[in-house]
Amino acid sequence: MIENLHLLINVSLLAFLVLIVFAAINTNNLFVATMLFGIFSFVTALLFLDLDAVDVAFTEAAVGAGFTTVLMLSALRLTGAFENVKHRHSVLGLLIVVLTGAALIYGTADFPSMGDANAAVHLNLAPEFIQLTQEKIDIPNVVTAVLASFRGYDTFGETVVVFSAGVAVLLLLGMGHVEPKQEPEQNIVLWIVVKPFIALILIFGLYVQFHGDFGAGGGFQAGVIFASGFILYSLVFGESYARKVIPSSILPRFAALGVIIYGVTGLASLLGDKPFLDYNALSSNPVSGQHIGILLVEAGVGLAVFATVLLIFYSFSGVNHNE
Amino acid sequence: MMIISLLSDICLLLGGILTLTGALGLLRLPSFYTRLHAASVTESLGAPLLIIGIILDTGFTLDSAKLIIIIIIMVVSSPTITHALCRAAAHGGYTPDMQNKEKSQTQTDTCAKESK
Amino acid sequence: MNELLGHFNYWIVIFLMMMGLYIVIASSNLIKKLIGLGVFQASVFILYITFGKIKDGSPPIITENVEIYSNPLPHVLILTAIVVGVATTSVGLALIVRIKEAYGSTDEDDIHDMDDNDDFDIKNRSIT
Repeated sequence: MIENLHLLINVSLLAFLVLIVFAAINTNNLFVATMLFGIFSFVTALLFLDLDAVDVAFTEAAVGAGFTTVLMLSALRLTGAFENVKHRHSVLGLLIVVLTGAALIYGTADFPSMGDANAAVHLNLAPEFIQLTQEKIDIPNVVTAVLASFRGYDTFGETVVVFSAGVAVLLLLGMGHVEPKQEPEQNIVLWIVVKPFIALILIFGLYVQFHGDFGAGGGFQAGVIFASGFILYSLVFGESYARKVIPSSILPRFAALGVIIYGVTGLASLLGDKPFLDYNALSSNPVSGQHIGILLVEAGVGLAVFATVLLIFYSFSGVNHNE
Repeated sequence: MMIISLLSDICLLLGGILTLTGALGLLRLPSFYTRLHAASVTESLGAPLLIIGIILDTGFTLDSAKLIIIIIIMVVSSPTITHALCRAAAHGGYTPDMQNKEKSQTQTDTCAKESK
Repeated sequence: MNELLGHFNYWIVIFLMMMGLYIVIASSNLIKKLIGLGVFQASVFILYITFGKIKDGSPPIITENVEIYSNPLPHVLILTAIVVGVATTSVGLALIVRIKEAYGSTDEDDIHDMDDNDDFDIKNRSIT
């Protein structure tokens, strides 16, 4: 009975996704397509939750449904593309897509059945990592342990990629200059409700950052949530006030500082006669060394992601546009 | 306890019916402001009833405390969002039709495009 | 029948992937192409997470009384992929904003026409 209910949820969420993408193909209005994409990201986050991936669902909801929608709306405002776009049916494209899809479906004949516990992918590394997390790192969240400690190099690369994206957007758009207006447009309800909300969002961001070891969470989600508090402030109170709170000049420095914190943690391990990013060298007890290492590394990641996300938002909102 | 389980089932059922009503109203009502009314049914009573049903089922644990906080946040933030949407529509020039002249779906979409 | 149900997820995911690819090929607007790319990306993520699911498993957070945990390795991979995906989307959107400044339009056909006819002046268009 519970098995069938689970299957029903799975099938209905996937059906939602298919319907949303159909609607996005057929619409001519770019605003509608952007909002449908936001809904698509949110339903994908629900699907991830159904497939037992809590960290991934968290990240997809914060990053995909939250930040990507805000970013696309900012870009739409700048390109002025709310009006209808040309609709182009491509028969050749349809043919290519159908052939590729058929080839891929033929390829899935070898795939293991969904949920099969004896599939090859579950046999070697996964039980070993779950075992090693309990012995050597001793934190409940296995995904954080693997991300920050066992696969620390990859996460370092990812942090540098996020930083480079911030640099690229800075090079393309610049930080912009927002003239200090007078008072922003009076909106009593929003002002009063949003102020405690921003406080709650910032506290929640810090909670997610430091509880990433014990439950779902970690540096990436925390950075995005923390930045969205400031983005909310900017949307409700005006960009000039937001730039007074967090000046645009310190954001690139924070992003670089995040990457540097990560690198310095790795270098500190070298000073302890161990390989780069081996946290056992950070303390006399290897397990507490791992804890310290994961804390520092996640802090670096959170800082870099927060600064880059806010930087990208400032860049998009600071471009002068003719209205 | 039987009665708490029964109460939880009733809450979940009612919450589901109200959410369905809100969705139906969102599809069938004629104009933007009336559709916002329909959506507010979902956010003010539909979703909180669903969560209360889950709280009654879970019992007196930390998870229930987190769910109560979620209800409070949802009940405070959703009407604010509706208010922000109405202000944005009014700012864009689409004011509500007080004389009830709009009768059908197609008429209102034309009104929305004309006033942009 | 069981085989059909077991593979159902994969087929729907491939269908979504192909629809995303069709949006990229068939739309002439650059922002719609980015949306199609995002759909393609998200469906690849769903495919990977489907691989990691184990029947009767629970999320990979170590708690008492739990025997089977879902595979945590696809979760780690997709976490990285989501963040990298949003980074590339933001760079793509910044490029579209600059293309609009230089060419005056975000439609691919118009941009190709302008390139062929050489009737734009890229030096004089810049952010003020």
